[in-house]
Amino acid sequence: MDALVVRDFRKSYGKHVGVDGISFNVKHGEVFGLIGPNGAGKTTTLRVLSTLLTVSSGDMLVYGRSVVKEPKEVRKIISYLPEDAGAYKHLSGRQYLDFISRFFTAGDDRERMVERGVAIADLGERIDSKVDTYSKGMTRRLLIARAIMTRPKFAILDEVTSGLDVINAAEIRNIIKDMAKDGVTILLSSHNMFEVEYLCDRIALIDKGRIVAEGTPNELKRRYGAANVEEVFTKAVTS
Amino acid sequence: MSHLLTLIKKELRELLTPATVLPIVLLALLFASMGGLTGSLEESVAAEPEIAIVNLDEGGNYSALVLDVAGQLNATVVFYGNQSGDVDDAIAKVKDEGAMAVLVIGSEHSASIEKGGHGSITVYWNMKGTGLMSSISTTPVELLLAVVERETTHALIQSLIEDGELDERDPRNITAPISYSSNTLLGDIVMEDIRPEQVSSFMMTQNFLMPLLIMIVIVMLGGIIISSMGQEKENKTLETLLTLPVNRTTIVSGKLLGSAIVGLLFAGIYMLGMSYYMEGLTATAPVDLGEYGLELSTLDLAIVGLMTALAILCALGICMIFGAFAKNYKAAQSLTIPISFLAVIPFFVVLFADFKSLPALVQAVLFIIPFTHPMIAMDNLMMGHMDLVYSGIAYLVLFTLATIMVTVRLYKSDILLTGLGTTLKSGPLGKLLRLR
Repeated sequence: MDALVVRDFRKSYGKHVGVDGISFNVKHGEVFGLIGPNGAGKTTTLRVLSTLLTVSSGDMLVYGRSVVKEPKEVRKIISYLPEDAGAYKHLSGRQYLDFISRFFTAGDDRERMVERGVAIADLGERIDSKVDTYSKGMTRRLLIARAIMTRPKFAILDEVTSGLDVINAAEIRNIIKDMAKDGVTILLSSHNMFEVEYLCDRIALIDKGRIVAEGTPNELKRRYGAANVEEVFTKAVTS
Repeated sequence: MSHLLTLIKKELRELLTPATVLPIVLLALLFASMGGLTGSLEESVAAEPEIAIVNLDEGGNYSALVLDVAGQLNATVVFYGNQSGDVDDAIAKVKDEGAMAVLVIGSEHSASIEKGGHGSITVYWNMKGTGLMSSISTTPVELLLAVVERETTHALIQSLIEDGELDERDPRNITAPISYSSNTLLGDIVMEDIRPEQVSSFMMTQNFLMPLLIMIVIVMLGGIIISSMGQEKENKTLETLLTLPVNRTTIVSGKLLGSAIVGLLFAGIYMLGMSYYMEGLTATAPVDLGEYGLELSTLDLAIVGLMTALAILCALGICMIFGAFAKNYKAAQSLTIPISFLAVIPFFVVLFADFKSLPALVQAVLFIIPFTHPMIAMDNLMMGHMDLVYSGIAYLVLFTLATIMVTVRLYKSDILLTGLGTTLKSGPLGKLLRLR
């Protein structure tokens, strides 16, 4: 079953073409990586999928729901974590999770959702401290907790470990692995090729708004005669 | 040299943005309009007197002198009568013509002066507005009366010298031979023994509070909401908010109403502080206009409250539209300047001049600025200018709805995240404004 179908999606800003007619599918339960150089169109694709930006042409269907025609329905299914996102600084971590939970459910369900978020964030007593006092790693953990405590069918993660230290990045990757085990479909973008190879079932290489290669990491390594995804990336982009 | 030019060009591109240019243009427009206003006031000071005269002392030497002086000063006499019943007609004529005053020369004016007493002239001042400078239009008539007094003194001394009676007279009655009494006409109300300055002063204490309050709240609230939107963008909390399963209209309404509550709270706190301050002022006010019906009923106060709330919503709507274009907190700060100007302009204009007495073009500009309406509401309600009150409410409602619709559209568009589109930037307007 396809969790995401991207059909000839194109996005332009005036005369500048950000994404130039890409198509790909993501299967249910899959971790799909979108990799490419800066300005290739990764974040634009994720933002359109998150209903933050409109399409210039084409469409994206998330579990059969069109981002063009049914953006509100799409928002019920997805959870988006932007690169370098922050939380409201005057709230504590728990208050922030509570605030988000109110848009998804009510009553005991909501309390359970917040407790799930608290457990995923794993910030100990600091969950009741103001977000303003959190380190970057702590904030990221809180935001990942926010993104998955709602049990989304489809998670969209943009540069999820960007700027984190090795320990924090490893912990975040483990959380994503656990998400995938729970059946959440994940579309992520990353510059970290090790991370992509470690996390993703399939990847698409995007360059100048076009997909230049798509497949499992092993398939791509074979196709390009490369030892790792980083080499695949370099060969695909420079060829 | 080319490096220097390159650097200068870079600096110009950095500094000449709409956010920096717009406040300067607005400031220039403000000065130009204030200059026009002051100019028209100066003209009214230098103008020749426009009066009506009811001469109940026709044939008297000293009443004739009043007419002579009026002629010498090129006064325009819009009405002349000699019966006590003519006073009402004279008042009506003065109002119709927008003239300055009615002079009623008492029937015993000349006889009383000749007998060593005071002549009497009653002045009905036609007060055209309640602004700080509205009473300045009395100056030409004040000048005329001063000349009348001086000429009467000269004539009286001459007559007494000729008759050899100078030593028998009270010198005070010679140097001040006329007793004036002043009444003020304001709309349909005749306020006896009150001068226009006293009315202006009283009305100012009433009308200063609301404009000041509106201005402070809007300037402060504008800064808060635009900065908060800048912070939401900088922290990317806005992106998270917009991907939650909730309508954009609900998000906009939530932001708007939340901020409106803060605005009303601020307004309430200021109102409380100012009311104590005003209590101190009105306790020592020389006149009480309440006895002339110039006070606000509970319904009037509710209308003022409604207009204030609507103006705050308008301000928030404008701020959210501006805030949508702010890429970060720093950019947001500069966008608060135009909002502040929009609040400051009507405050200063209505502080110095009455809305109804302004030129039509200035009135139109002020009407378009939504914050003007609650600022002039108290004055309009007191003066019974209900056309301005109702049209103001209607305009504020339409303006609020329009800003909400525009804001919702912006929240549904790419502009919120991408800023002004590339198409606009590369278009003629974008090039002109050097949009980046």
